[in-house]
Amino acid sequence: MNDPVKDDAVHFDPAIDTEDDDINAYIDGESRSIYNFREDESDFYRVGEGLTADIVELISREKNDPEWMREFRLRSLDLYHKIRVPEWGPPIDGLNMDNIVTYVRPNTTMKGTWDEVPEEIRSAFDKLGIPQAEHEFLAGVGAQYDSELVYHNLQESVAAQGVVYTDIESSLTGKYADMVKEYFMKLVPPTDHKFAALHGAVWSGGSFVYVPKGVKVEVPLQSYFRLNAKGAGQFEHTLIIVDEGADLHFIEGCSAPKWNVANLHAGCVELYVKKNARLRYSTIENWSKNMYNLNTKRALVEEGGRMEWVSGSFGSHVSYLYPTTILKGRNAACEYTGITFAGKGQDLDTGCRMVHIGEDTSTLVTTKSISKDGGIGTFRSSIEVMPTAVNSRSSVDCSSLMLDDISRSDTIPAMEVRTDNCNIGHEAKIGRISDESVFYLMSRGISEEEARAMIVSGFADPVSKELPLEYAAEMNNLIKLEMEGSIS
Amino acid sequence: MSAALLQIRNLSVSVEGNEILHDISLDVHKGETHVLMGPNGAGKSTIGNTLMGNPQYHVISGSILFDGQELNGLSPDKRAKAGMFMSFQNPIEVPGLSLESFIRNAIRQQTGKPIRIFQFKKRLEDTMRLLNMDPAYADRDLNVGFSGGEKKKAEILQMLMLDPKLCILDETDSGLDVDAVHTVSNGIKEYQKNSEGALMIITHNAKILESLKVDRTHVIVRGHLVADGGPELIEKISEHGFEEYIAEAADINE
Ligand SMILES: Nc1ncnc2c1ncn2[C@@H]1O[C@H](COP(=O)(O)OP(=O)(O)OP(=O)(O)O)[C@@H](O)[C@H]1O
Ligand SMILES: [Mg+2]
Repeated sequence: MNDPVKDDAVHFDPAIDTEDDDINAYIDGESRSIYNFREDESDFYRVGEGLTADIVELISREKNDPEWMREFRLRSLDLYHKIRVPEWGPPIDGLNMDNIVTYVRPNTTMKGTWDEVPEEIRSAFDKLGIPQAEHEFLAGVGAQYDSELVYHNLQESVAAQGVVYTDIESSLTGKYADMVKEYFMKLVPPTDHKFAALHGAVWSGGSFVYVPKGVKVEVPLQSYFRLNAKGAGQFEHTLIIVDEGADLHFIEGCSAPKWNVANLHAGCVELYVKKNARLRYSTIENWSKNMYNLNTKRALVEEGGRMEWVSGSFGSHVSYLYPTTILKGRNAACEYTGITFAGKGQDLDTGCRMVHIGEDTSTLVTTKSISKDGGIGTFRSSIEVMPTAVNSRSSVDCSSLMLDDISRSDTIPAMEVRTDNCNIGHEAKIGRISDESVFYLMSRGISEEEARAMIVSGFADPVSKELPLEYAAEMNNLIKLEMEGSIS
Repeated sequence: MSAALLQIRNLSVSVEGNEILHDISLDVHKGETHVLMGPNGAGKSTIGNTLMGNPQYHVISGSILFDGQELNGLSPDKRAKAGMFMSFQNPIEVPGLSLESFIRNAIRQQTGKPIRIFQFKKRLEDTMRLLNMDPAYADRDLNVGFSGGEKKKAEILQMLMLDPKLCILDETDSGLDVDAVHTVSNGIKEYQKNSEGALMIITHNAKILESLKVDRTHVIVRGHLVADGGPELIEKISEHGFEEYIAEAADINE
């Protein structure tokens, strides 16, 4: 049963699945076709469904893990079985781990040029515009398809600066093996929560980035994660170390076609921002609406370092996503700018957590949440100020826009302040699109649908402004897609 | 004389169940400038909103023919495309939408054609200069943080950029300083000069009308049109107020 099964029993028709069930019901009527294409993967290698030590061993063998990693995986699996499912967030009973395939390897190895990538996989990334984006404005790209990276490339000039950008697997044995071992899942230990433990057991793919001291990478790097396989999980690991005085912008994109069974994403992102370094981490997440997105992201910022998160969450059925920043060094700073769009059938529980440890640390949180068609958006902010964090500052500003009466938007702020000597502020606003605004725009010849979309885009503007132009355009496009057909 | 551009016939309008306008009839021809005066709460903005198709205002009876087309039942964007424009008494703030991209989108939607960016930018800048507006305002969020006067100028800017057939200017002059009144009035003159456009100017203040050619004046009191006349009516009201008309409206109401 746990033998690797070459999956020929089920042949996936790349055309649109016509089976009907709950999930299909709420996806109906949406035009997300630009993301919703499926490629044939009948000749891909899949491990069996479910989660046992045998499967974990198998993945470990497949990946030629060093021994410590094999043990790490098994320990994590053990923890996974012991830790309870979180009960405070959106329900995840639709997710049955016994049905999730944890490892699906495309029928290729990682390539350094798009020409070598097999046609059906390359065409997926072509449709998503990745090779073109790379050509136009990225310094390096990693593209993951299901469980493995299928493409990785870094501009020579950037490589010449000593920047390392590779898949995690090869980093485990190469020149940086010790560094990876030192940092891997130290910031997000498998003990953290059930899905961190799961990640530790079955992680596959993802990127390792190291920017040496003082090196400023002028153009962003991007990783794109595409989960094509039905009923599968994606567990990529991203480990980024920006050394002292260095500077990097990393962009992460993700999408998946819609299936009528649950898919799972339990990735993990660990970011180390060293003294006086700066890292900007931008995400545009557009998982399909059968996805459980239980992702963990964390950053550790040393003295004078600066962490900037920009996050756009549009997809998934259920999300648990709370990027955490630990401001360890004096004068460390973090800015979090995020937007969540919860449509029909979506329950997006997002937030951000800031832990102030160093003196003079500062954090600034600006979030926008939009809900529509019965979607639920919950934003949790947690600001923790340790006794050592004297003279620190934090400002949180959350606004939400509810597009109708059946949708929900909640803000749950939490603060734990253990020093008197700090300055913390929180502001939350909940609003609706006013009829007067729609009338005003319409009086200039703009259709109602367009007027609403313009108001929503305007609401999202503080976030899109933080994104590179091309991604801002993609985000606006996603908003437009979400708004389409919203007029009765 | 050719058919009127705007032909309002026996129009009665209610807001939230209260009848505000009673049996209004009025014609505006191409190229004409009309002035609509009346005390606070008389129903002037209600006329504007009704013409523009604000869904809060319900037409109980009567018809509005504009350029040969019945407007009742038409959504505001279709009216705008037909050539109707209203400068709002209280322009709305839209965060995150720049003045420039708003105008660009409006033109694109009205004409249905893609816009030549360079030409558009040049025209926008020229028009802003004409209105003594700092071109940097084009990048600012629509009306957000604009002073009262700046908002009004932005309305006139939109009017000149969209080049409509009929413009309702709802107290565009109120809240403007002396110089701004002069600037806005230059903008209006520009509109009168460049097109066959007609105007319906709602105002409490004769100042803005001093340098404009006015064809007709209407007085509205408590939802009734109580007087029609030429430009001389403006002066009369400036001197004597609405007292005489209020009595008249009271008679009608009885
Ligand atoms: N949206 C609305 N809701 C409720 N009442 C309204 C609304 N719009 C207008 N009214 C009422 O209709 C009447 C006419 O208002 P309108 O705004 O048309 O007056 P106006 O002549 O423009 O006055 P002003 O000179 O003060 O601008 C007023 O009594 C006003 O309270
Ligand atoms: Mg008024």
